[in-house]
Amino acid sequence: MTRAEEDARALLDLGHSVVERASAAGADVAEASVHSGSHLSVKVRKSEPELVEEAGSRALGLRVMVGKRVASTYTSDLSEAGKRTLIEDAIELARLSESDAFAGPPDPSDLSSPSQWKDLDTFDEGVSGISADEALERALQGERAAFDFDPRISNSEGASFTRARGVSALVTSSGFVGSDYGTYASMVVNPIADDEGGKKRSGYHWTAARHYADLEESQAVGEEAARRTIAQLGAKKLPTQELPVVFDKDAARSILGLFAGCILGGSIWRKSSYLVDRVGTRVASDRVDILDDPLLARAPGSRAFDGEGLLSRRNVVVESGVLKSYLMDTYSARKLGLKSTGSAARSPSGGVSPSSSNLMLKASSQSRDELLANTKHGLYVTGMMGFGFNAVTGDFSRGASGFLIEDGTLSHPVSEVTISLNLDQLLQRIDAVANDLDHRTAVASPTFRVSSMTLAGS
Amino acid sequence: MIARYHAPFAEQGSHTIDANIANRLLKIALGKGGDYADLFFEYSVSGSYTYDEQILKSARRAVSMGLGVRVMKGDATGYAYCEDFSFDAMKQAAETAAQIAAGGQPVAPLGVSMRDTPSRYPVPVESLDIEGEMKKAILERADRAARASDPRVIRVDASFAESVREILIANSLGHMARDRQPLIRFGVRVIAEDSGNRQSGSSGGGGRTGLDYFDDKTPEAHAQQAVQQALVMLDAREAPAGEMDVVLAPGDSGILLHEAVGHGLEADFNRKKTSNYSDRVGEEVASELCTVVDDASLHGSRGSINVDDEGQLPARSVLIEGGVLKGYMQDRHSADFFGTTPDGHGRRQSFRSHPMPRMTNTMLLGGTDAPEDIIRSVSRGVYAKKFGGGQVDISNGDFVFSLTEGYLIEDGKLTAPLKGVNLIGNGPEAMRKVVMLGHDFEVSDGIWTCGKEGQSVPVGVGCPTIKIAGMTVGGTQMASG
Repeated sequence: MTRAEEDARALLDLGHSVVERASAAGADVAEASVHSGSHLSVKVRKSEPELVEEAGSRALGLRVMVGKRVASTYTSDLSEAGKRTLIEDAIELARLSESDAFAGPPDPSDLSSPSQWKDLDTFDEGVSGISADEALERALQGERAAFDFDPRISNSEGASFTRARGVSALVTSSGFVGSDYGTYASMVVNPIADDEGGKKRSGYHWTAARHYADLEESQAVGEEAARRTIAQLGAKKLPTQELPVVFDKDAARSILGLFAGCILGGSIWRKSSYLVDRVGTRVASDRVDILDDPLLARAPGSRAFDGEGLLSRRNVVVESGVLKSYLMDTYSARKLGLKSTGSAARSPSGGVSPSSSNLMLKASSQSRDELLANTKHGLYVTGMMGFGFNAVTGDFSRGASGFLIEDGTLSHPVSEVTISLNLDQLLQRIDAVANDLDHRTAVASPTFRVSSMTLAGS
Repeated sequence: MIARYHAPFAEQGSHTIDANIANRLLKIALGKGGDYADLFFEYSVSGSYTYDEQILKSARRAVSMGLGVRVMKGDATGYAYCEDFSFDAMKQAAETAAQIAAGGQPVAPLGVSMRDTPSRYPVPVESLDIEGEMKKAILERADRAARASDPRVIRVDASFAESVREILIANSLGHMARDRQPLIRFGVRVIAEDSGNRQSGSSGGGGRTGLDYFDDKTPEAHAQQAVQQALVMLDAREAPAGEMDVVLAPGDSGILLHEAVGHGLEADFNRKKTSNYSDRVGEEVASELCTVVDDASLHGSRGSINVDDEGQLPARSVLIEGGVLKGYMQDRHSADFFGTTPDGHGRRQSFRSHPMPRMTNTMLLGGTDAPEDIIRSVSRGVYAKKFGGGQVDISNGDFVFSLTEGYLIEDGKLTAPLKGVNLIGNGPEAMRKVVMLGHDFEVSDGIWTCGKEGQSVPVGVGCPTIKIAGMTVGGTQMASG
């Protein structure tokens, strides 16, 4: 047995004992989730170590139902007294809650079992083994590469390297027993350059992966961070106008993230999404396909089973611009009169709600450069700021920075403008998609172009 | 009354931490050298209740506790934590944090003694000690009031969150301090629908208080406000795009100040010279009307604290006076760098994180103008009533704010409500364009949480009615002509 498997075994034992005790205390349904993890984070700045942080932690989450009354509790106190409080509070709170006809665990026949689970290769012993010295060295290299890249890099917010390892277990009174483990390592470099008028420009680049070997080289991360920082020098506003907008893959991912919140079953039955009653209708241009795939190997949002123990599956959300399905857990599916899509996520504090796993907008065949070359005039957005999105109406307006596109090439940098358009129209106006999709993040998109948006500037 | 939840490290707890144990751990922490060490013991309990579809749909409670040990050597920090208070676990955390100074000679900490702290949020009975039925009743009242107020209201949900955070800090300078920080937050959200058009509205508040909060601010009043906002939005039109005058309503608009000015005045960014306010103390950074303070001492406010998370005693810091930059918000590390005394801004999300300079209650003080005169002075602009949130780029002061309720000002009058509007600008530039300040200063009702480097802390904001001459409004309607 590997160490991760041993850890998982210990967590499962703890989960079993909590489920048994909660049931004995009056819970009709009891579900225990147990986590343990450890991490190392280091940060350097101007070639000196700034932070070395190392710790391990464990926590226990419990969801109970008394009849159809629901409550959940959480504790990081795993002493006998801590566990007793966890269980007693859960029962007391469930009795305070009121009966909810739709509450209840999934049908036991829908639960998955170990033989069905795919190995998603999310754990790398090499990540857990990274020492503080090695982590510091990688961060130092990354920062040095940024300073060496261009003399205009005058300062630094630092460079960080983090590694984490986690093991979790879920045990439910309806018969599900499962455990999962994963590792994650990331590095970010954040240089600063001086601009005109006393302004400074801060930029960054990062790499992250489940396996150590999949990380970008520190040197390359630092250089790209410096390139991005320098490129912003001399940024100016643009006059207020309507124009085509190209979102680079980071900005595009952030747009897709807004959409992700609007397709969750919980947002739909709460009528808190502009996509209520839209399955089967056009929600994006016919160039748009959106999938949620929890079964991708080594991806950040991968999981063999969902937070309720259902087998994970690939869900087609949008096909050629038409909305095919919401993402649902058991509860939201019941509320909507549908079946769960295996999209339940269980928070450490015990609550269950639908969530996306690896949500992606499908890549097309043209490169980002080809897409830009075909854009005569427009704004290339590389960064967005603020929270200007109303999920109920789809109204979207955020601060943006990036570059002016002139005759198919990037000209001067742009900052301090906002771009606005209702998300429903924005997705329907996508007229080009590039091929630069990667799975560094759980929500991922290639570069895409929106035929026209309102830019507010000077 | 004995509180139901109390820290194991407290005087009557199962693992009492006294000066003796603290000194032993500090000695281990400085066992490899280092300039400074501190211990941060924390026990926090939080609860939440969600009222939805006319039932109390779920209730939650969470307990989190542990010890964070920090060792500093020069600008480097070693940090480790543990989640139980056995001596072995604590010793191991101290040894791990000590590694940052590896190679140095052991340093003897000063023996600790307990500091007296003020009492800025005395709560006779904490919310967590009050039976759940009472909170259920409050949520039910909000739900009933919202539903009764207008037939277009199709959904209501209300929530109540309560917490108490007990902390004990000991540092190698000989300070030991404890605090118990209660906090509540109430919110109600409605969705109104009229011929296919759906809009949401919300209202909320709270602070470091007990359920007596609701004596003044009733659930019904919050419900009315949320409904009002949703109904107004049903008639909202597309917002204009471009540069125009902006008038900010008192209270909540302080969030703009928090983002546009506050973050840039946190001393860590200035120590590293990464803020656009670096090296500018004594310079004019805002219009002469502006005096900005950060004040941890407001009675019962969400951002108030008796002691910071490094054991320092915070008070009222004047940041900008008459437009001139007076100083930054310091934690211990930055105060050392600037050769000044720490002023109680060292805060952290929990024992799992190291402290940084953070805001408490950040406020732009009131002026002399009548609010109605301010609105009357604008021929075409936007009146910003409620904000959803904002973000700033510290390095250059560029910011963006989203409005959840805003109105068009035409010829000195509020006319049409506006759909989702963003305000975008630059902190120092916007502050120089402050041309009128109302005499109607208000502290926001407690809803704000500030995020920095992944750590969240509760904060307060406040301001009067403010006129900013010329700001970019990010709507969709191009100006005609």
